[in-house]
Amino acid sequence: MSLRSPRRGRASGGALRRHRGLALLFVLPALLLLGALVVYPIGYSVARSLFDASGHRFVGLDNYGTAFTDHATLTAVRNNAIWVAVAPALVTAVGLVFAVLTEKVRWATAFKLLVFMPMAISFLAAGIIFRTVYDADPHRGVLNAAAVAVHDTFNDQPTYPGAHLRAGGGLDQAQGGDVTAPAPTRVVLLPLVGVQPGAVPATARTAREPAAGDGVSGTVFLDFVPGGGGHPGRLDAGKKGLPGVTVQLRDGGRTVDTTTTAADGTFRFGAAPSATASVVIPAANFAAPYRGVDWLGPAFITPAIIGAYIWIWAGFAMVIIAGGLANLPRETIEAARIDGAGEWQVFRRITVPQLAPVLGVVFITMVINVMKIFDLVYIIAPGPVQQDASVLALRLYLVSFGGGNDQGLGSALSVLLLLLVVPVMLLNVRHFRGSRA
Amino acid sequence: MTTTQAAPPATTTVPAPTPAGRPALPRTARVAALTRSGLVQAVLTVAAVAWLVPTVGLLVSSLRPKQVAATGGWWTALTEPAQLTLQNYTALLGGGDVPKALWNTVLISVPATLLTVALAAGAGYAFAWMRFPGRDAVFLGVVGLLVVPVQVGLIPVAKLEGAVGLFGTVPGVVLFHVGYGLPFAVFLMRNHFLEIPAELLEAARMDGCSEWRIFRTLALPLAAPAVASLCIFQFLWVWNDMLVALIFAGNDSQPLTVYLQSQMRQFGSNMDVLAPGAFVSLLVPVGVFLCFQRFFVQGAMAGSVK
Repeated sequence: MSLRSPRRGRASGGALRRHRGLALLFVLPALLLLGALVVYPIGYSVARSLFDASGHRFVGLDNYGTAFTDHATLTAVRNNAIWVAVAPALVTAVGLVFAVLTEKVRWATAFKLLVFMPMAISFLAAGIIFRTVYDADPHRGVLNAAAVAVHDTFNDQPTYPGAHLRAGGGLDQAQGGDVTAPAPTRVVLLPLVGVQPGAVPATARTAREPAAGDGVSGTVFLDFVPGGGGHPGRLDAGKKGLPGVTVQLRDGGRTVDTTTTAADGTFRFGAAPSATASVVIPAANFAAPYRGVDWLGPAFITPAIIGAYIWIWAGFAMVIIAGGLANLPRETIEAARIDGAGEWQVFRRITVPQLAPVLGVVFITMVINVMKIFDLVYIIAPGPVQQDASVLALRLYLVSFGGGNDQGLGSALSVLLLLLVVPVMLLNVRHFRGSRA
Repeated sequence: MTTTQAAPPATTTVPAPTPAGRPALPRTARVAALTRSGLVQAVLTVAAVAWLVPTVGLLVSSLRPKQVAATGGWWTALTEPAQLTLQNYTALLGGGDVPKALWNTVLISVPATLLTVALAAGAGYAFAWMRFPGRDAVFLGVVGLLVVPVQVGLIPVAKLEGAVGLFGTVPGVVLFHVGYGLPFAVFLMRNHFLEIPAELLEAARMDGCSEWRIFRTLALPLAAPAVASLCIFQFLWVWNDMLVALIFAGNDSQPLTVYLQSQMRQFGSNMDVLAPGAFVSLLVPVGVFLCFQRFFVQGAMAGSVK
């Protein structure tokens, strides 16, 4: 919104003097409310911030000192700085990209409608939406479900997570590492335990010795007889083979051959083994399956919430920038194209510079908005990581009303918040005066 | 600047070989242009999906009964649509806290909107067309208040309302919203009233119309689009608010946002309440958005400084 004032109100003095009383009637209700609810609170907050929690003891600037030394508040200040540094630029950039790209497709209106819609809904609803999107459990959070699906498409999935070698059989396995049978004999028995219930497929058959033949062969089996019985490390009746295990034949650190176990757990390498060769079950067979990213954990919580913020505000940036784009003179762009400029050059050297004022408005608007961010953080960050995601406005709320019960510190935080927007306030006033002169 | 407006003239990246125009591009350039347009389509399609999926997820989640929701993600419903029912909604809206909270949301939003717009229209008109001592200085002050964060008012106004017994009541919440809606509302109304030609108002005065009548029958109707934008903007602002109500509303006056917030503690085990509740709370704003897109965009743009 440009702060403009096209014409000053003017009318004959006589008529106006008669209406002075009426004018007061028109403005007074609004001014009284503004005075009591907005202006007075500014003064009150400044004064209150100089007193302690009880409100009786004058403490000078102590509350401001606390704001910059107290760990929880410092985290909030730091996160606010991250928000201001990252979110407005990203929202503006995404909005710009969308605005420019939608000019080139037929379904631009539908796209704009879709992307702008989140503007209408509350931060609370958006927060609930993204709390589920970011759920760490891939069976609940759609983002991790997608991440796991993509990951598993390009990577082998572990077949028996958590399984490990039965200790004491002459083979070795470092904690969570490869199972290695050094200098193998012709037949290697690899007894595993710790297989999760349900991990053994229904197609698994009773483990047996591999058929005699050339090279190295062996059996990977579950060294456990349901209901008890059998001897550790031996192929007793009732023990199941473990199909689908990746087995490698290595020699001097080099993988010579790779195979997968059959339904009865047997495998075979055709080549005759050298004396230095070893049979290895790579640790990847036992790794925990990929579960996606812990979006709501302490490390990713702020980026995750910024992601939700972009989802809400990119449409706003897009619509305003698209409006600016529609008003740009087309001649320069057409001329540049005729002169052989590529799309990227046109974008960088003509479109963006010409759009600079609009981009500036969007950016500043987002900066003001981001400074006061509260709802999204309060809703998306789960209790245990709330502290890691905290921002000024959230800290202010918690300190003053959410159990902190220290309205002295709360007032100091609100004054800080106000100070942050004072430059914009002055800009607004100056701009307004300038446009009237 | 609206989303409904016709798309700006598309700048075709593939210059067609017109008889009178430029010669056709060489084949490689045409292929490159086609690839580029395919890329644009792909990028926008991915973005559209990313923007659509979260909301669809909420909608589908809200339609899954609790027992089913425990068995897997909402997307499993895409292959087994039979699991979708309205029972969460009937349970939620059939009784208990939600209908009351929804009603409170209405009781807060409607008066807060009407009051703000009415007071701002009067003040805006006076700032535009009436003369009184200190008018311009006072208005400059209003411009300065545009960006004051609501957070500044929380503690002092809570004290103030506590002293007069309004704290924790619906009127208390309404009052706060009116106060913090006014700077922008007055600013918007005054600017729109100023766009009325002075001659029009002068002519009405010559005809002996009272200032009140000019305001009611001439200025207000002419500023109707601005009034509509302001109504929609302020209504959505209040409807969607959580922070103010979290502090100023009591147990009996809490709106839907505060009720749902109180449910966040059990997040995960109560999606049968949260998902349909959130969906109900966003139905009204999205409906308003779809019905009044033009005004909505204007209002959101003008009010984005809040």
